[in-house]
Amino acid sequence: MTLDDALARLDTAEADARAAVAGAGSLAALDDVEREWLKARTSPVSAVNESIKTFAPDERPRAGQAVGAYRSAVGDAVATRRAELEAEAAAHRGPGLDLTLGGHGRRRGHLHLVTQIRRELEDIFVGLGYRVAEGPEVEDDWHNFEALNIPPAHPARSMQDTIYVDLGFAEQMMLRTHTSPVQIRTMETQAPPIYVVAPGRTYRNETLDARHSPAFHQMECLAVDRGLTMADLFGTIEAFARMLFDDESVRTRFRSDFFPYTEPSAELAVSCVFCGGAGCRVCSHTGWIELGGCGMVDPNVFEKVGIDPDVWQGFAFGFGLERIAMIRYGINEIRTFFDNDVRFLEQY
Amino acid sequence: MRAPLSWIRDFTPVEAPVDELVHALNQLGLEVDAVEAPGREVLGVRVARILDVVPHPNADKLRLADVDFGDGQTRVVCGAPNIVPGMVVPFAPSGATLPGGFTLERRKIRGEVSDGMLCSAKELGLGDDHSGILALDPAAELGSDVRSVLGLDDVIFDLAITPNRPDAMCIVGVARELAAHFGLPFTVPEPVVPRDAGPTATVPVIIEAPDRCPRYLAWTAAVTLGPAPAWMQQRLVKAGIRSIGNVVDVTNYVLLELNQPLHAFDLDRLAGPGIVVRLAADGEQVTTLDGVERTLDATDLLICDGARAPQAVAGIMGGGDSEVSDTTARILLESAYFERMGIARSSKRLKLRSESSARFERGIDPDGVARAAARAMELLVEVAGARVAADLVDEYPQPVARPRIHLRTSKVNGVLGTALSDTEVLDALAPLGIEVSGAGDEIEAVPPTFRPDLEREIDLVEEVARRVGFDAIGRTVPKPEHQVGGLSHRQVDRRVAADALVGAGLAEAVTIPLVAPEAAARFSEETPVQVANPLRSEESVLRPTLLPGLAAAAAHNAARGQGDVGLFEMGRVFVAPPTPETLPIELESVAGVLVGTVPRTPIETDRPVDVYDAVDLVRTVTDALGIAAVRLEPAVVPGFDPEASARVYAGERGVGVVGALAPAALAASAVPGPAVAFELDLDALSAAARVDRQFRTPSSYPPSAIDLAFVVDDAVRAAEIGATLRTAAGDLLEDVRCFDEFRGEQLGAGRRSLAFALRFRAPDRTLTNAEVDELRVRCIEAVAAGHGAELRG
Repeated sequence: MTLDDALARLDTAEADARAAVAGAGSLAALDDVEREWLKARTSPVSAVNESIKTFAPDERPRAGQAVGAYRSAVGDAVATRRAELEAEAAAHRGPGLDLTLGGHGRRRGHLHLVTQIRRELEDIFVGLGYRVAEGPEVEDDWHNFEALNIPPAHPARSMQDTIYVDLGFAEQMMLRTHTSPVQIRTMETQAPPIYVVAPGRTYRNETLDARHSPAFHQMECLAVDRGLTMADLFGTIEAFARMLFDDESVRTRFRSDFFPYTEPSAELAVSCVFCGGAGCRVCSHTGWIELGGCGMVDPNVFEKVGIDPDVWQGFAFGFGLERIAMIRYGINEIRTFFDNDVRFLEQY
Repeated sequence: MRAPLSWIRDFTPVEAPVDELVHALNQLGLEVDAVEAPGREVLGVRVARILDVVPHPNADKLRLADVDFGDGQTRVVCGAPNIVPGMVVPFAPSGATLPGGFTLERRKIRGEVSDGMLCSAKELGLGDDHSGILALDPAAELGSDVRSVLGLDDVIFDLAITPNRPDAMCIVGVARELAAHFGLPFTVPEPVVPRDAGPTATVPVIIEAPDRCPRYLAWTAAVTLGPAPAWMQQRLVKAGIRSIGNVVDVTNYVLLELNQPLHAFDLDRLAGPGIVVRLAADGEQVTTLDGVERTLDATDLLICDGARAPQAVAGIMGGGDSEVSDTTARILLESAYFERMGIARSSKRLKLRSESSARFERGIDPDGVARAAARAMELLVEVAGARVAADLVDEYPQPVARPRIHLRTSKVNGVLGTALSDTEVLDALAPLGIEVSGAGDEIEAVPPTFRPDLEREIDLVEEVARRVGFDAIGRTVPKPEHQVGGLSHRQVDRRVAADALVGAGLAEAVTIPLVAPEAAARFSEETPVQVANPLRSEESVLRPTLLPGLAAAAAHNAARGQGDVGLFEMGRVFVAPPTPETLPIELESVAGVLVGTVPRTPIETDRPVDVYDAVDLVRTVTDALGIAAVRLEPAVVPGFDPEASARVYAGERGVGVVGALAPAALAASAVPGPAVAFELDLDALSAAARVDRQFRTPSSYPPSAIDLAFVVDDAVRAAEIGATLRTAAGDLLEDVRCFDEFRGEQLGAGRRSLAFALRFRAPDRTLTNAEVDELRVRCIEAVAAGHGAELRG
């Protein structure tokens, strides 16, 4: 092939290629045309390129330029035609896949609300430097009552209140009536200083209904250190309540109360987070929400676990997890937590 | 305990507004459950005298009454049968308001104008008596407000007294607290009892159990029975005690006022006459005042007459022939102090509680016994015309000693986090009847005998806290210096496992660990831990597995039209202790159940849950925890389909079960099938070996993949072949996976083909065809030798 042959061939080919491009009725046909006239080994470009090395050196640039011109001309035509065809396709495109059908139906699950509250509380106390302590749900008299300074005739020990288990021997074991025995177990096994919380399940001898449940959940806090004071107790409760309700304006109120294992003892309430203390339905128009009880660890309790009350002081408090959830979400029946209706479980 | 304000004011001139009083009582730990103002809704009702009663011209059952209300007269229509001229009655003129917000208007009744109405007790909110118009004291001033005549202009505090405060179970105790709080004078007048030697005498008192009855006072008097005066009845009613008659009312009145239970015996029916305080004989029977025959034992204390015949279960309830009756002319008044625990035990064992036992149990004032008796006699003189014996018997051989407590101001401030001065500490305690002396860290405090709760320094610290108020205590947040906060590895593992199951789409259930024995037996062969005092058989054992609870939760949902559920639970399961005298074993378990259909439409088609879904969940948990060497072995598990269940192992240790639930277990649990489940021992998983986390650089060379199909007996498990392949192929095997199971006639009965995809890769080179061929041959030979497999062509 001479240079002239090559130039002529490219000229003809360009005209034919343009015709073919114009005649391509679909994107697939255009792809075929593009391959035939630009990309394939059999395309005019390949044939000319093959010949270029046989040309005289001074002819080669012209040949190269001609190939370049052909490429850009045909390439432009293809691009223009492709745009036309794509526009045409877009104009005629159907509705496509309906992604609103949903997916394959895979859904995330849900932690139970009590678990969510428990984790939240654990995390707050972990942030305050506490560890999470645990103890058995079936307890002996020593840990559930005796070491907590609860005397043998105390009403809490009655069969009406406490679920006892029968293990076939004389000593009565029971399902713990509070998480406080974990305090005892912790102090028996760990020397002070102690900073722990003990979330867990507790039991009362009641039948499940709207307001009662044989099982529910509490969280206990115990701190034992040199020089801990009631101000430390109140401050810790206030700090925790503010985190829990995510509200720095929450105030705490303490009133004298009685528990056998703390002295002084107090009932603890927080300002109503719904009305700010002005009074609303949630707080029964008192402005305050009672959360639980608290106090300084009674020296008798320290003595029972072999901790010197002249050296160590401590505080403890406890409250119900369901109660916190009930307050926060307006749940009015404790039974809701244990029915496990998926509509409830999936709401949280 | 119900405390009328008017009664409190007998002892301290407290005038603060009601809301301040409520606040003070709450601060002091005498929690106010409710505040009642019975007269609050009775407005404008006046005292009137009936002048004349005439028939209503148009109605048989109605009459017309002319009344004089002091500064005027008018006429009302009245339907009550008991009105007579001269009677003094409550008159509600038009404009007056009655409980319920009902305001009277002048109106015609059957043609006759009625200018208001006459009221029954019920219409004034005073109990249920609606049989007639309430008769008022004939001496009441006409026109005055009926509330003052009836004692309705009062406020009643309903207080929840904590068990450590027996002293606050009475009006005087509440008054003492309020007086201290408001800095007011507080006086309990000394009773004045005129003595009369005439008709009465002293009787001998023999205390055979002085440890149970440290003090017994007996005092006799001649009395005239009759109703108590209105003022006393009104106070009793406001305090929640029914009026019975003057003598019994006086004992109740003193109980409420001074916290001293009293008992009045008919002196003439006491053999001897005399009193013997003795322990009951085992099996001795006594019929108590409530008509119940009770069998006593030798720990119960009896009050007997001179013939040793029981007249009362000491401190709890009367029970003999000597109760005060219509014919009583002379009484023996008992004022005693019984030991607390003895009363508590007897009361609990006999299931018999009374106002008396509640007080003795908590501890009354041993030194208040004589004053209370005198107060009762003073009142009996006033309301029952009593002639009181000149002498009394007061057996109190061992007076109760008051503790002397060493109190340090530094301890007070050290516990409370305050900076109180000595003076503030002393001033806090003195008004409570605590004798204080000294200063600084050398204060001596002697609490009164009515405060048995004050024995130790810390008890006084609490008293100071109550008195200065918790509002005076600051807020500081201590930070542990010896540790950082955090969860243990096991606690983290539990969260990881729960989160993995949540990620797999399950909802966490929390069920009650008390289950029915048959539900426990359905899923476990262990003997469950029995509840000794179950309220119902459905909750009479502790769950040995989580599955009964989850099945019940699934059934609950199915019954509400939610048949397709995926639930998991994490919590304790209980196994009876292996050795006596120890607690049951508690294991932290996690279980899941999938029920019904896996929804796939419209993209694919729905399918029922199958056992492989449960296997996936097991893997979800073990993978999340990174447990190494997890394998399944076919096993028969209670509650599961024996053809589709397995035990889960981590290494050699069994860690749980997985499978399809058996139709019988599902039917018994009211769960519409199909359902699959798993349960894993989280403690065992936490202790199990974890996968190797040592880093290896991922090879950048290309893999070589081959597929091998083996024909084997049905009994050969896919996992066994997989293990053989891994061993045979060695380190160059990057992954092996069973991807097809096929059965067909050409394979023969009881045989199947299992196809595996193997991927080889070397860390440092591209594997040659020869190497891959050699690996292939090695794998085929190993499976053939190990499992009698043939390569499927």
